[in-house]
Amino acid sequence: MSGPFIPLSPGDLLIAALLLMLSGALSWRLQLSVERRLLIAAARSTVQLMLLGLILHSIFASQSSWLIMLMMGVMLGVAGYEAWSRQTRRLRGWWGYGTGTLSMLLSSVLIALMSVAVILQPTPWYHPQYLIPLLGMMLGNTMTGIAVAMDTLGREAWSRRGEIEARLMLGDTAGDAIGDIRRGALRAGLIPIINSMTTAGLVSLPGMMTGQILAGGAPFEAAKYQLMILFLIAAGTALGSTSAVLIMSHRLFDERERLRLDRLK
Amino acid sequence: MGLRVNGLQRPGLKPATFELASGKTLCIHGASGSGKTLLLRAIADLDPNRGQVSLDGQARAGMAAHAWRRQVMYLPPEPHWWADRVAPHANHWPDSLLQALGFDTTVLDWEISQLSSGERQRLALIRVLARSPRALLLDEPTANLDPDNSLAAEGLIADHQRQHHSAIIWVSHDPVQRARVADRTLEMVDGTLR
Repeated sequence: MSGPFIPLSPGDLLIAALLLMLSGALSWRLQLSVERRLLIAAARSTVQLMLLGLILHSIFASQSSWLIMLMMGVMLGVAGYEAWSRQTRRLRGWWGYGTGTLSMLLSSVLIALMSVAVILQPTPWYHPQYLIPLLGMMLGNTMTGIAVAMDTLGREAWSRRGEIEARLMLGDTAGDAIGDIRRGALRAGLIPIINSMTTAGLVSLPGMMTGQILAGGAPFEAAKYQLMILFLIAAGTALGSTSAVLIMSHRLFDERERLRLDRLK
Repeated sequence: MGLRVNGLQRPGLKPATFELASGKTLCIHGASGSGKTLLLRAIADLDPNRGQVSLDGQARAGMAAHAWRRQVMYLPPEPHWWADRVAPHANHWPDSLLQALGFDTTVLDWEISQLSSGERQRLALIRVLARSPRALLLDEPTANLDPDNSLAAEGLIADHQRQHHSAIIWVSHDPVQRARVADRTLEMVDGTLR
């Protein structure tokens, strides 16, 4: 069966960090000019994950539902910002941030809550050991799908405005005029999760399953967990991207079905 | 009866008020950038605007925007195409329309990118007329056509007008063409119709 859990020492982390430094040096030598971003991203993930470890430790200890809600709120808020900042042509004002964030609330948060309440059923049902990691997995993945879908919609609507207006002029409804672009955006948002489900277990050992196995869990149990997560992520991405694309494409037209690209920037 | 425009305005367009009876053609000319296109787009409700427009007594504000545009159709000077080939843009184009402008049904298989600007303009006219709008807003519909094709297009538009008793607003730079097709002529100067 599975071996014992091996804790990591700071020295172990240092070895991995050295490898990262090596790639940074490579980038500098080849003039890829990503070494700065690589370094900042590495520093950010170090600080963020260490902090998360500490925070989760105290949240697990206190079990306070208020703290859990606060934590979920912060995670959602940051995910919303990330999805917003990854778009080239995004909606102006609160619509830009709100559309992605609301879609993640509808998909990730609700699905994460449902899966602990209905599927896992820990006591209490909002036990942070289940809820927070699940939400993190959901948010991290739906965020990508939603950002790609909204980015595609914004860029396509911008560059193909002539085609959209040509259909409006001929008396098509706003929905018909942007239908092709909307479908394309949704497809673009869903392709990453479809691909990762296709190769799961053949090429990639998904992150969560890897973690469970490294932590000494039984591989078959880990596979079941991973399968559940994949399904939840796919459902959440589909739900979230659909809602984001619908809200955003609705916002691209006004009450007289005019294409309003002035609402993008 | 006909097209009635009352106080129609938007940035770049001073309030415009006029009436155009069914079956009549109003020609508009004026320097480029004077606001002719803005006026036609505003009538078709393609850009935010203020004012009242009605067709045969039916107010624009009282119907859905797409229903309005299905009846009052705008033909831009450089029409866009949303598919690679002609066919997806053609919902029941009658052979008579195709033949009148020198095409046959094989044109449906053609690629848009292979068409000349004149061919595109003629096909765009067919695309509009085939949908039988009750009023036409034509923005230099023959600008890219040679004289023969221009006359053929004018004839086709005249046929449509007789058949549907359409009110037509026609932007044209060509004084000879205006003399042929206009019942009335107005000039656009710095956003003012006069």
